[in-house]
Amino acid sequence: MTGNGRPMTRYIRHSAAFCALLLLALLVNAARVQVVRAGTYDGNPANRRSAIARYGQPRGDILVGGGAVTGSRDSGGRLRYERSYRNGPLYAPVTGFASQMYGTAFLEEAADGVLAGTDPLLSPFPLLPLWNDFIRARDPGGNVETTLHAKAQRAAYSGLGARRGAVAALEPSTGRVLALVSTPSYDPGELSGTGPSVARAWARLNGAADRPMLNRAVRQTYPPGSTFKVVTAAAALDSGVVRDVDEPTGSPDPYRLPGSSTSLTNEVGGCEDASLRYAFQWSCNTVFAGLGVDVGPARMRATAAGFGFNDATLRIPFAVSPSTFDARTDKAQLALSSIGQYNTRATPLQMAMVAAAVANGGSVRTPHLVERMTTADGDTVLATGQRTLRQAMNPGTAVRLRELMRDVVERGTGTNAAIPGATVGGKSGTAQHGIHNSGTPYAWFVAWAQAEGAMEPAVAVAVVIEHAAADRGDISGGGDAAPVARAVMKAVLDR
Amino acid sequence: MPSPGTTTAQADPPAPVVRLPRRRGIEFALVVVAVLLSLYGYCDVGLARTGSVPPGAVGHGAGLGALALLAHLAVRLRAPCADPLLLPIAVLLNGLGLVLIHRLDLETPADRAAPTQLVWSTLGVGLFIAVVMLLRDHRVLQRYTYVSVVAALALLVLPIFFPSVNGARIWIRVAGFSIQPGEFAKVMLALFFAGYLAANRTALAYTGRRLWLLQLPTGRVLGPILTVWLLSVGVLVLERDLGTSLLFFGLFVILLYVATGRTGWIAVGLLLAACGAFAVGWLEPHVHSRVEDWLHPFASIEAGRGPNQLAQSLFAFAAGGFLGTGLGLGHSVLIGFAVKSDFILATAGEELGLAGLSAIFLLYGLLVERGIRAGLSVRDPFGRLLAVGLASIVALQVFVIAGGVTGLIPLTGMAMPFLAQGGSSVVTNWIIVALLIRLSDSARRRAEEEPHEKPDDGQDGRQDGGQDGGRRGGQLGEQHRELHGGQRGDRPREQQEERRPDQHRGRAGDRHRGRHGRPRGEPYGEPRGERHGEEAAP
Repeated sequence: MTGNGRPMTRYIRHSAAFCALLLLALLVNAARVQVVRAGTYDGNPANRRSAIARYGQPRGDILVGGGAVTGSRDSGGRLRYERSYRNGPLYAPVTGFASQMYGTAFLEEAADGVLAGTDPLLSPFPLLPLWNDFIRARDPGGNVETTLHAKAQRAAYSGLGARRGAVAALEPSTGRVLALVSTPSYDPGELSGTGPSVARAWARLNGAADRPMLNRAVRQTYPPGSTFKVVTAAAALDSGVVRDVDEPTGSPDPYRLPGSSTSLTNEVGGCEDASLRYAFQWSCNTVFAGLGVDVGPARMRATAAGFGFNDATLRIPFAVSPSTFDARTDKAQLALSSIGQYNTRATPLQMAMVAAAVANGGSVRTPHLVERMTTADGDTVLATGQRTLRQAMNPGTAVRLRELMRDVVERGTGTNAAIPGATVGGKSGTAQHGIHNSGTPYAWFVAWAQAEGAMEPAVAVAVVIEHAAADRGDISGGGDAAPVARAVMKAVLDR
Repeated sequence: MPSPGTTTAQADPPAPVVRLPRRRGIEFALVVVAVLLSLYGYCDVGLARTGSVPPGAVGHGAGLGALALLAHLAVRLRAPCADPLLLPIAVLLNGLGLVLIHRLDLETPADRAAPTQLVWSTLGVGLFIAVVMLLRDHRVLQRYTYVSVVAALALLVLPIFFPSVNGARIWIRVAGFSIQPGEFAKVMLALFFAGYLAANRTALAYTGRRLWLLQLPTGRVLGPILTVWLLSVGVLVLERDLGTSLLFFGLFVILLYVATGRTGWIAVGLLLAACGAFAVGWLEPHVHSRVEDWLHPFASIEAGRGPNQLAQSLFAFAAGGFLGTGLGLGHSVLIGFAVKSDFILATAGEELGLAGLSAIFLLYGLLVERGIRAGLSVRDPFGRLLAVGLASIVALQVFVIAGGVTGLIPLTGMAMPFLAQGGSSVVTNWIIVALLIRLSDSARRRAEEEPHEKPDDGQDGRQDGGQDGGRRGGQLGEQHRELHGGQRGDRPREQQEERRPDQHRGRAGDRHRGRHGRPRGEPYGEPRGERHGEEAAP
């Protein structure tokens, strides 16, 4: 035989077996690393491959009124496509940012799957969910069409100007969000990409005293002040505490809070024993504090919840901070809560929902910001339908409240919101805050507007302005916030 | 006599063959396939990156093809009986390496390594041709046994006088080129080990004390192994090159075992290696950190310092999955430093997947197998040891670096043969393949040239089972005659060994002829531990 007759053959064979063993070890270990452990390694947060794939193609766009407010620019770097924004500060509360370094926020986050092309909905083969994994492909980023009304958005943004504040506007019959503005704003494009300039921008924006990255329209709750009287009035009417809006309510002025020696006063006169109409028109604290106590904590709480308070689950599609109405309190606190003070807090979007509920016959439509999502080719993959959140009040109550709100605009504290040729209802508010109410009050205005000849109100809006430069008490809501609300509503009605 | 390359034919009675098929045509066809595969890879990178076939494809393919053709012609001319797989495998691995380096160059436009690698590959093929053309008989090399070891030591010591690069003193810089003398030292050391062991294996095979199942070597011959062990530890400590040290030591242990068949050597070797590795692993911070990285590859991530190279390498392999991302579409460049050299396999793993990586491993396995096959068929002990040694160099090197980057063993810097960026390594590996070609050629050619020995060999083969006791006795008697015939050692040793029909007696005969005399109190012809055991049993 060839080998065995020669020296060392057996030992050479042994060494060959040893080499085969080494080869086997390499093959088994390769299978371990590349197949068995691959999922763990791929998912390691320090593994940049998913980020590279994510930014390896242009991101889909966010559309407002058919036009893109976002874009993508090719940086040529490793995380290749960077987000760009047209009118960044104007739409920042809606779009959020899409940063290579700091992730995503708001719509960029909520619709990330579609924008980044990873959502299985985009697949041309929806029945083969693993097809893309198999061919290692990614669908082109889809587009997200928003419900925003470009002119209303611009009107709200320019209306707020350099002041700190927020605007939320809804279409009452559908819940479509027409405007969502927060000032001061920022350019999210500054956060796109990588590098020291992005890090500097991030540090500057996060450190700024006026918090430009705070989305005040949905993520900041304010004491709603007198605008909450819409809710209290609805509860009083629904529960039968008030049967006729013109009937005197028999409330004292000043109103001594139950169980305490503190008395509540009004900014205006004529509130003693005033009717609901007068009290609503001139915003009598004493009347509504008493009504809230008369309605009782359970009923107040139920009505507030009907409008959307205490709901932590609302997403439009990004999360909205829950507005709160705390009724598990004593009567004095309930009295304060009923005029939008104490623990009552609301986002501007929540107050827009309050106005929209009045405008829409008492039912609250779930607000939503996304009209539909499409593939890059424009095929609709997801459309948001109208959904009724809940019935906040009886339709009859809504009719009476519309009347009361119209009075406010026509001859009350909200005359600044009037639009010629349209029916406008509103409610002003001035919210005290700070220790012993020492902070500059927040100016509020909530309103809805119906064009002449239209079947129903086309827009409901809430405006809040922090640190309004006025010291006119209740009037500041009508003075500072009402003109902004008017501009937004006019922009919508002028369509 | 059956082909020396096929052991499967063992059971069959060998048919008389006048002339063995030389299989140059097969080699040519495989070389063409290897060149085309490399060219395809080159084009695929271009298609994946820019959507078009790169403009240099024709030139690249032509250059690679010309080199491979020249190498093939040299083999055809001067080593016509050589193994037909060795050259195609080398061409394919080298071509694939160039593709991978070219592909990584696209990520680092400022630091292009492929052109330099091409120059080195050309030089390597040139040296391959030179070795095949000029070295007519490998046995010539045995004369240079001690020259080799001096050269190897000089090459190893040289980098100590040069500044350390990235923590290791293994480079010297000459005229703008970085050279790793340790790479060349590998071949020199294989030559030395083969020569030294071929000459002294009889003496080294003496058994000393027996400990349980192991036959320990005598103290006197423990010297060489201790020397080599100290040498490798010296390399490790002075140059901080764990991989090379491991390679030298492994090579020596394998060859020592093949030469003597003493399991004791393996035990001693492993023991010494374990002690050395443990001590150095504790004492040398550079090595210690490698062990720590191996045990906890993601510790740096958890510590908030981001993934280290090994973690990035594992990520790359994982990203490849079964089928890989495709050439040019992976992100192994995230590994950063040494991605084209030590970590080149990660690129292959990510872009070619487990399928491609396994194919590459199997190519190396085939290369090693063909080398060992040449060792089995060649007749002289020096040639056999040299072939096994060269094949072991490839096998150990692949295991050490591939195991390192895939987290199987602690990572040690070493070049993946043919694939990795590194001129010295490519040149060395071409020389290794040239030597294997020469060895496989002489194994076959001598079988061709000595047809009169065939019936004899065939008979031996049939008797290999040891059934024919009578003939066995006859052979033993012949050896007695040899022994008592006094100084008949003027016959070339390999011829004596060729005639020895089986290894048992072969080894016994060696013992008798050994110049160091008969082992004390040991009955000759019974050197094997098993037999001692059998005798002791009753």
